[in-house]
Amino acid sequence: MATTHVNPTRMELTRLKKKLVTALRGHKLLKDKRDELMRQFLDLVRENKALRQKVEAALESSNRRFMLARAAMQDEALNTALLAPKQEVFLDCDTRNVMSVEIPQFTYKTRTPNQGDIFSYGFAFTSGELDEAVESLSGILPDLLRLAETEKSCQLMAAEIEKTRRRVNALEHVMIPELQENIKYITMKLDENERSTQIRLMKVKDMMLKQAHGYPDL
Amino acid sequence: MYKVAVLGDRDSIYGFAALGLEIYPVEDAVDGAHTLRRLAEGEYAVVYITEALAGQIEEELDKWRSRPLPAIIPIPGVSGNTGLGMRIVKKSVEQAVGSDII
Repeated sequence: MATTHVNPTRMELTRLKKKLVTALRGHKLLKDKRDELMRQFLDLVRENKALRQKVEAALESSNRRFMLARAAMQDEALNTALLAPKQEVFLDCDTRNVMSVEIPQFTYKTRTPNQGDIFSYGFAFTSGELDEAVESLSGILPDLLRLAETEKSCQLMAAEIEKTRRRVNALEHVMIPELQENIKYITMKLDENERSTQIRLMKVKDMMLKQAHGYPDL
Repeated sequence: MYKVAVLGDRDSIYGFAALGLEIYPVEDAVDGAHTLRRLAEGEYAVVYITEALAGQIEEELDKWRSRPLPAIIPIPGVSGNTGLGMRIVKKSVEQAVGSDII
């Protein structure tokens, strides 16, 4: 039974029917949106997972190299070596629209044209381990940035999917059944009214005939 | 034009300075949370944070989850991999799909 009171009028019926059509179309569209988002999300999240595994493994080995470098050099020397970085990374952030979710797209630029220009120190007073460590870390950088991009996209898409799913469910399980119920209620009520009017008219006709011609009761 | 920051304990992050990322060494969680907020509101598009620190200020990280920028990405530090980064990926999957299927 309908929880809210509806006026059983033709106007209300037309209004509800229009609303139902809109709700059905919205439901279909949102469902399509959810499915497509989910497909893209799953692709992206798989990539995200693979990237993360790769980056974590690479960082671990690079961390190990840095530990060795620290062991081989004095703290002061190490600090001075890395004190004034030669390189600087700038990010440009564009957005790509995936099913109305704005996901970031990073492109990065380095200050010096040569990306390999990472050694901010002379090689005379530093150990070879440090060179290796810095080198290995610089190899991870593109993957690291790609990881940031996919991970953020995944988070944004996950939030959007959750929202869309709620909307789809609300339409499917609440709005549409309620509208159908109300429409049914009004149609039945209107039909009932029509029948009662018909009967009344027939009764009146009988009474009038009886008055005019004085027919006896049949 | 955005920049990239790395946040965490000094030993884990000093190498990133050579690559041209900006490093912000912090000592404890309170300091870390403050610095993170400052960086996130600033001109940084990506903030890498060590898992050890991220684990202590997870609610701070959640605040920036739904914003388009910055991307706050946990990375393993010298103290090893705590699995926090993977957990965050799994959290996204659970939020979207309803269960962890990856």
